[in-house]
Amino acid sequence: MASVTENTSPVDELHIYEPHRAGLPKLGPYTRQLWARREFAAEFSRAGIRAANTQTLFGQLWLVLNPTLLALVYYVLVSVIRQSAGGFETLAHITCGLFLFYFVSGSITQGAQSVTGGGKLIMNMNFPRLLLPFAAVRTAFFRFLPTVPVYFLIHILAGGVWSPQMLLASVFLGLTVIFCIGMAAIFATVQVYFRDTSSFLPYLVRIWLYLSPVLWFADEAPEQFQDLMVLNPLYSLIGSWTDLLLRGIIPEPKMWLAASIWAVLAFVGGSLLFMSREREFTVRL
Amino acid sequence: MSSLSASDSTPTPTPGGTEVPVAGPEDGANPTAPHVGEPAQPPATAAAPPPVVSVQNVSITYRTTFEAAPTLKNTIVRLGRGERKVKVVDAVKNMSFDIKPGTSVGIIGANGAGKSTLMRAIAGVLPPSQGRIEVRGRISALLALGVGFNPNLTGRENVILGGLAAGLTRAEVKERADEVADFAEIGDFMDMPMRTYSSGMYQRLAFSVSVHMDPDILLVDEALSAGDASFKVKATAKMAELMESARAMFLVSHSLGSIREMCNEVLWIHKGELIMQGSPRRAIRAYTNFLKVGENAYTFEDL
Repeated sequence: MASVTENTSPVDELHIYEPHRAGLPKLGPYTRQLWARREFAAEFSRAGIRAANTQTLFGQLWLVLNPTLLALVYYVLVSVIRQSAGGFETLAHITCGLFLFYFVSGSITQGAQSVTGGGKLIMNMNFPRLLLPFAAVRTAFFRFLPTVPVYFLIHILAGGVWSPQMLLASVFLGLTVIFCIGMAAIFATVQVYFRDTSSFLPYLVRIWLYLSPVLWFADEAPEQFQDLMVLNPLYSLIGSWTDLLLRGIIPEPKMWLAASIWAVLAFVGGSLLFMSREREFTVRL
Repeated sequence: MSSLSASDSTPTPTPGGTEVPVAGPEDGANPTAPHVGEPAQPPATAAAPPPVVSVQNVSITYRTTFEAAPTLKNTIVRLGRGERKVKVVDAVKNMSFDIKPGTSVGIIGANGAGKSTLMRAIAGVLPPSQGRIEVRGRISALLALGVGFNPNLTGRENVILGGLAAGLTRAEVKERADEVADFAEIGDFMDMPMRTYSSGMYQRLAFSVSVHMDPDILLVDEALSAGDASFKVKATAKMAELMESARAMFLVSHSLGSIREMCNEVLWIHKGELIMQGSPRRAIRAYTNFLKVGENAYTFEDL
């Protein structure tokens, strides 16, 4: 035992464990703990990424190959349905939305497994569990990043416009990250109670993809559904992202508003749901 | 069955015994252990140091389910039949005790007495449903063996993750990783995925991690069964060494021998209630008496 840390006097480290009021831990200390342990979430996701790709032939290359191949599949699908090969513009459109959608679905899938996969860690260690869905979203995000250059390559090939408005797309990327954290927390919680959630997920994700402006533009939504479209969070998030990045069009104010509201709603609701159930995770795993 | 229903029917303390009938937090007032020998613990200073662990009227209940795999399908089927499979477990009932600095506490009791739940509560993993637990210092928990280990990551990555989750900084953890590997005697396996480990290596690493995180309070749940005989000796020595610097240690074990050897205070828990807090000699005698007097030990284990 090398050294006993001197700076931690007993009073410094007074921990008090009390029943959660209204089922929730105290938010102040919880948030501080969360911040203090952010390194853990980062390392957890980093180690997970490393471990996931060591056993496959192409390794990290799959991070790019996977979404690109998927984009090609949808490109063929769209070309067949529209009965005209769209060229690079269509491909650019599909990759633009699909890569971001892939990030959302990755967050949900990873997030759903984050708590049930935490096993022993959750049973034996005391840390804010919300770190686990955070780590899941971080993992999904770092899988999303390598696809960004791929998109820009296609953007160039398609002869797409370059404009300063494109920078605004990062706002919607940020909102999407916030939204994803909320979704990851929600699905992590649901997965603890219903272990077959992850079996439903692929279908849910597939339907959500078709309902979202990935294969079509946000302003192409059928007239009779136009008003309902805001009910889909990804309509404003992905729609605006595509408009800005692909076409340099600044979305209408209602899109900004809808995207922000959905992001905050998902984040707050998801975190609160997660935290209110957090204590039970220990005995439910 | 008669003697087992409630705590008050448990065997009376040995005649003339000074066991404290466990009620208030003050019951530790007469220092229990004869062979304490802790550093810096004068028995009666003017201002007694605050207890390291203070458990105040703590009850822990939780709801859990019987199902092997809780699925939506099962839930729907059950709802159709109008039955619920959620069970409320009263693991700890209105328990109070204080642990003074320098104590090494043994926790004994039959299976299902709530020992592990109590440890989880002290570690902060499972907050109490009622009452309050105060803990002074950093806790390192060696609960059910095999801390949070992910078999696909290397031993080193797992150690680093465990340390970060415990709240150490990255530099602190990296520094300790080699010490941990040395103590666990796993050599080059430290940088191999943990799925390649033997079960002994797994347990040695788990033990090594928790004793190397500079704990003020060490929680050990049936951990001395780890490893072979020579590692057991080493582990025991390490725990004794830790007791020099640590403020308290909790040891849950069914091996009354190691409790008698390593602890200077014993909590006897039965069905979620604290029956006795006292010196190892007295508490163990009362406990074994109880085992003999009540049912025979075997039926008792099944409760």
